[in-house]
Amino acid sequence: MIEVTVNGKRQSLDVPADTPILWVLRDTLKLTGTRFGCGLAMCGACTVHLNGSPIRSCMTPISQAEGKQITTIEAMENDPVGQAVQEAWMDEAVAQCGYCQGGQVMSAVSLLKNNPSPSDEQIDNGMSGNICRCGTYPRIRKAIKRASRKGSAAIDESLFTEVKA
Amino acid sequence: MSTSIFPRKFGRAEQSDEKDADVKLANVSRRGFLKGMTAVGALVIAARWTPVLAEEEQKYGGDAMPHGVVDNPDVFISIEPDGTVTLINHRGEMGQGIRTSVALVVADELGADWDQVVVKQAIAHEEVYGNQNTDGSRSMRHWFYSLRRAGAAARTMLEQAAAKHWGVPISECTAGVHLVIHTPTQRTLSFGELATAAADLPVPDRDTVTLKSPDQWRYIMREPEAYPRGENKQPLAADGMDILTGRAQYAADVSWDGMLYAVIARPPSYGAAVKSYDDSAALAVPGVVKVIEMPTATQPSGFEPMGGVAVLAENTWAAIKGRQALRIEWDNEPAGANGRYDSKAFRELLEKRSQEPGKVARSSGNIAAAKAGASDTLSVNYYAPHMAQAPMEPMAAIVRINDDSADVWTSVQNPQAARDGVAKRLGLEPEKVIVQCGLMGGGFGRKAKPDYVFEAADLSRAMGGRPVRVQWTREDDLHNGFFHTVALEHLEAYFDDQGKVSGWLHRSLSPSISSLFAPGAEHKSDFELGMGIRNMPFDIPAIQQENGEAEGHIRIGWFRSVYNLPHAFAIQSFVAELAHQAGRDHKDFLLELLGPDRKIDPRSQGDVFNYGEDPDKYPINIARYRAVIERATREAGWGKEMPANRGLGLAVHQSFASYCAVVMDVEVTDAGEVIIHRADIAFDCGPQVNPDRVASQLEGACVMGVGIAMMTEITAQDGVIQQNNFDTYLVPRINQIPKQINTYAVNNSVEHPMGGVGEPGLPPVAPALCNAIFAASGKRIRSLPVADQLKG
Ligand code: FES
Ligand code: FES
Repeated sequence: MIEVTVNGKRQSLDVPADTPILWVLRDTLKLTGTRFGCGLAMCGACTVHLNGSPIRSCMTPISQAEGKQITTIEAMENDPVGQAVQEAWMDEAVAQCGYCQGGQVMSAVSLLKNNPSPSDEQIDNGMSGNICRCGTYPRIRKAIKRASRKGSAAIDESLFTEVKA
Repeated sequence: MSTSIFPRKFGRAEQSDEKDADVKLANVSRRGFLKGMTAVGALVIAARWTPVLAEEEQKYGGDAMPHGVVDNPDVFISIEPDGTVTLINHRGEMGQGIRTSVALVVADELGADWDQVVVKQAIAHEEVYGNQNTDGSRSMRHWFYSLRRAGAAARTMLEQAAAKHWGVPISECTAGVHLVIHTPTQRTLSFGELATAAADLPVPDRDTVTLKSPDQWRYIMREPEAYPRGENKQPLAADGMDILTGRAQYAADVSWDGMLYAVIARPPSYGAAVKSYDDSAALAVPGVVKVIEMPTATQPSGFEPMGGVAVLAENTWAAIKGRQALRIEWDNEPAGANGRYDSKAFRELLEKRSQEPGKVARSSGNIAAAKAGASDTLSVNYYAPHMAQAPMEPMAAIVRINDDSADVWTSVQNPQAARDGVAKRLGLEPEKVIVQCGLMGGGFGRKAKPDYVFEAADLSRAMGGRPVRVQWTREDDLHNGFFHTVALEHLEAYFDDQGKVSGWLHRSLSPSISSLFAPGAEHKSDFELGMGIRNMPFDIPAIQQENGEAEGHIRIGWFRSVYNLPHAFAIQSFVAELAHQAGRDHKDFLLELLGPDRKIDPRSQGDVFNYGEDPDKYPINIARYRAVIERATREAGWGKEMPANRGLGLAVHQSFASYCAVVMDVEVTDAGEVIIHRADIAFDCGPQVNPDRVASQLEGACVMGVGIAMMTEITAQDGVIQQNNFDTYLVPRINQIPKQINTYAVNNSVEHPMGGVGEPGLPPVAPALCNAIFAASGKRIRSLPVADQLKG
């Protein structure tokens, strides 16, 4: 049994220790918002937060999450920075097919939590691990700027606070 | 929900069954749908609705597609007594925003308030919905008028019901926003109040229905600000929040009871077969349930699965690990030449063949005389490589087989092809195969080929009907795809002594997509030559276009904008090269080649394709080329002084009945690094139903086009694709795209025929970028991608 907390909820998991977090989320817990894009830590579609830090869940075995907090896109509605990012994403109409966007949001949230007002270059660097095949990058840049302006209060407030589902 | 859905005679829209329990924009539920079909639905449709067009000699646009277009409001609209308006989207959503645009058009003609609109996704059923094949940039181009007629017919029925209720002439009743007003007394009845009464009225004859004029539209052609979205929360997108909360459902996000997860080890080269395999280690992986060999399809295999060995397990990870543990010996013999295919050697072969005449595709004027009398000539070859569409969502499909029916959940561009194909291989009536479509995580042409759905059907049958979800990995996508094919474009031009181009010779060599379906296809078909070759608009006295022999090797298929990509790359690069050789400004030279404003019948140039559109309505229109060129160059400041190592590049192309010009502002550093400062994109697709989604398609096409220019390439050796994942198959990332992308709408008005949107933004991007690289560095790119050609 592997004990982890997912979106604030404790889970005892009977899965092989080498199972990537991605498949535990998707197949075992049916949290399908975390998506499979490459399985090789090359695209970012599977990005979740492990104890607050962004990781590629497709290459991180569940054993590494033992006793830790996993936060997924499904919890972002309850995160003040997550909300600011989601709102900015809606305002800029970022999504096309949407498949990458959960991972984009997770990366953007951690970028903003670490750096509430990123420069253009910092945005490009912070988001370059997330592929969007539809090419929504120009709007991702705008949305992060917008979230940064709108959400700075929320960002300050939520720094170091734990997200509960 | 029943098939006959407008207006509803009973309660709220039926919520979906277990398969799509959480889909807010639910699919038409299977139970309800069948009820409708077998009870009254089919009869109602037959009695109340006649096909759009009587038999005519030549059909164009949506009328020429299988099952045509439908304008019956019963099919698309239902209204609840509480006022909820449910609109059906029958086209595939893959990021182009069609779920929103279809609903928006119907809602506007109906007069519905967007906040009371629910969008539901149709199952595969073209006999009811009309054509659903979401491909070729044609959803709005084909459906704009019929969807409006459906909305207007429903609005008329609501007005009639109100007139009856008040006992007043219909002429005194006008629909407003979600209600009907009795104009003289200003009394109102809401759509919800009228729904039941309107249900009993016949659908009015389509000739008696009046469409709104553009000034009456509230949503169509409006910028996002105009959408009355709640507290002005805009822009409106049918799936917006679901995408950002993880609730949106794609092909792999639905699980059915007892479902097994399958991954398949497919042949390393197209046509190879399993010689023998050892599955003992695979079966020892905890969670692996079964290993099943799948037959190799005979070539040409169309949409048939490639075959291989499938590992079925209780979860995806076990299936993946099980597949890793398989020991398979492949027999390359059945693959024939495909098993030896080497894309580098094939390029050399095409280079050689390009020096010899090919099959003539179009010929006008005296090319030999132009050549003989030339005062100057230019002769060059361009090359474009294989690519994989690589939609972000790898393919997945679930199939379950019941006694005499089957259920499918997947994401496909062509749901009917999935339905009919599954029915055929399972020996079922097509009506008994219910294909529900989730969102597509990108398509780009790949998901128009439902081979992955057929794999799931075959495996479910092998498991006695148990639900099986086939999951493709990224490696599968890149190794076993339907690839964009290579192109060798040989161009020659002859200048007369005035410095004008007097002759133009183009030899185009690419395997044809027909080779996927027909043995021995070694030349491009009409539709492929209609993508920028025969319909090339230049006003040159002598033009000779030839189509050299090029046999197909790996499975090839269409990729967003298809053969327009290499054709536009070669032609638009060549024009810039000619301008340079002639010492002329590229833009002036390009406009001169286009010649005076005129409308050309594509048939007069031998183009019988014209994207399926009526050549009288959709001629080659030089004024539209000119308009996008003028706009893009003006916005980009064409002609201005540029800093060192920096230059502007231009390209224009018409495809899918839309015109697009791109100007790129590029810097090439001394180290050979390319920095793209800006892209200015002028686009004319005629009226833009949803301008924000048009802009987003152009931005996305620009990003993808930058990838095609700079980095994206598939190669093959011994029949095996050399790229594995996004580590070796390179697509653009956020730090590799233009710092700024500006888009401009040109001729955005109903006076122009509507063109496509999803694809036509792509072809001019790579040549504009390569022309800018030349302007900045003096280095001419004739082979894509740029990769490290500028380095060292
Ligand atoms: S799926 Fe994990 S990074 Fe691509
Ligand atoms: S929105 Fe489609 S991959 Fe990003």
